[in-house]
Amino acid sequence: MTGESAPPARRGLRARRGRPPWILLLPALVGIAFLALPLAGLLLRAPWTTMGARLTEPEVLSALWLSLSTATAATALSLLLGVPLAWLLARTGFPGRRLLRALVTVPLVIPPVVGGVALLLSLGRNGLIGRHLDAWFGLTLPFTTAAVVIAQVFVAMPFLVVSVEGALRGADRRYEEAAATLGADRTTVFARITLPAVLPGIGAGAALCWARALGEFGATITFAGNFPGTTQTMPLAVYMALQRDPEAAVVLSLILLLVSLAVLVGLRGRWA
Amino acid sequence: MNTRQPTGGPVLDARLRLTRGDFSLDVGLEVAPGEVLALLGPNGAGKSSALRALAGLLPLGGGHVRIDGRDRTTTPVEHRPVGMVFQDYLLFRHMSALDNVAFGPRCQGVPKAAARRRAAELLETMELGACARLRPDRLSGGQAQRVALARALAVRPRLLLLDEPMAALDAGTRVDVRVRLGRLLEGFAGAGVLVTHDPLDAMVLADRLAVVESGRVVQQGTPAEVARRPRTAYVARLVGLNLFRGSAEGTTVTVGGPKGAQPVLVRVHEPCTGEVLVAFPPRAVALYSERPHGSPRNMWRLTVEGVERFGDQVRVRLSGPAPLAADISPAALADLGLARGTAVWAGVKAAEVECYPV
Repeated sequence: MTGESAPPARRGLRARRGRPPWILLLPALVGIAFLALPLAGLLLRAPWTTMGARLTEPEVLSALWLSLSTATAATALSLLLGVPLAWLLARTGFPGRRLLRALVTVPLVIPPVVGGVALLLSLGRNGLIGRHLDAWFGLTLPFTTAAVVIAQVFVAMPFLVVSVEGALRGADRRYEEAAATLGADRTTVFARITLPAVLPGIGAGAALCWARALGEFGATITFAGNFPGTTQTMPLAVYMALQRDPEAAVVLSLILLLVSLAVLVGLRGRWA
Repeated sequence: MNTRQPTGGPVLDARLRLTRGDFSLDVGLEVAPGEVLALLGPNGAGKSSALRALAGLLPLGGGHVRIDGRDRTTTPVEHRPVGMVFQDYLLFRHMSALDNVAFGPRCQGVPKAAARRRAAELLETMELGACARLRPDRLSGGQAQRVALARALAVRPRLLLLDEPMAALDAGTRVDVRVRLGRLLEGFAGAGVLVTHDPLDAMVLADRLAVVESGRVVQQGTPAEVARRPRTAYVARLVGLNLFRGSAEGTTVTVGGPKGAQPVLVRVHEPCTGEVLVAFPPRAVALYSERPHGSPRNMWRLTVEGVERFGDQVRVRLSGPAPLAADISPAALADLGLARGTAVWAGVKAAEVECYPV
């Protein structure tokens, strides 16, 4: 690129770094194909002609509404509990903190179905806590919409906690010290200094948490069951549809895909 | 400790002891009302640790912190009557300059309107009224420094701590900012403690210096005293003096040069006795290629170790029985034809040599 005919305006005089090596490029391309092809398949097999009618089916709409509302409620609850939990892990020292952190990440690694069983055993009608909830308050959680939210929180909150804890650890603690020298107690420091500083991390964590809650399947079907209108979220509806009407499953999948993509793209612009 | 003792005693009276790994800090500090004490020392000497300990940000291993006679050794950070200006100022990025300054009063329970009024007044006195609405990233270095100072003063502290307040500024603005900061510090009625590794900042901004080396105060005094009579090689280098230690008898000081070498005699102007330090500035040293005759000077045969520019002069580093630095003009350098390894005669008038007890 030395001739005068070369377009210099955009390329500037940056030193050339050469091609990316094949040993990295090839696996990366295969990785892209692996991730993109199934989505392409979904798009190609979609029954575009009947799409309009299928979208407005009441079952589809109720499942979509249930998914969106429960995932949002689960995210709100995760924020309420998870941000203070992340703060506890990142900003305080107490015996057993490492153990607690390991515990928090357990739902990330166990199969969601196992999580659902665990929830059933603890919060179910005969469960450790559920028994008392039933006896004292007449409260039964399993197979209700509340159970859907609980299952989602159980599975998705760790994403938020891990993300927010990372943000807290990355935040410059000297600003908190500066606030303390100005007379701010720990609550004030958290609310007025720490929280604004880690807001992007909280946003990213909430987005991850919401996406995970939206896709929740195993724990939900185990703990909340599969009742249209009350506990049948979109992933459950997709699974059910696949048994009797594969085309409907494709439509539901597409909707789920588009909704989650739209939300994540919207959030990335703001927070990532 | 040569502190002037005003009526009512010092604002700050502290003994700071702490250890971290191999490093141990043990310094005693006393600062009178309206006085600014500079902790001057090389990086890693423990100056910043001392400052953080005063603020309560670093736990003490021993000692005490008393402010206005009240023991504050275990008082939580947020309840100490202390204001601190941090090295990078640490202005809260999501708040305007005004809200940064109003933050402290708000935390102390001052109603919002009153806190903002106080902040606005403080910014006004620092000629920052026009910057009140700006976010910190829109401020210049000097402005950010004054906002940080205003923020620290807004809590009406008795003890003001400044951690390397000039370090984040570029060289071009330093002179101006230093003068302004000095004026603002003069108006502060409490005690000030300033940490710096720059002797110039210390000399201009502080009433008194405490030189800290390896966690200990090695010298204290007014800037003039420290500059004229350095006590350690580090201080001598900071203030740009040649320093020797020896024993005096009359007007002759015997300096034990490097190990095994012949002792060196330094003639001084005024007689003294016992263990002494002798100091003289590099510009008092004259260099000759031939030994001059009949001169009443100190005269040593030395070897050129290195030559470097120093302002409009040239600094010649010499080694030998009395290793020292000499400042000569570039013309003299050319005349003498000095290069590394050249042997020269170095002479200093007795009247130029300061001699003082260890």
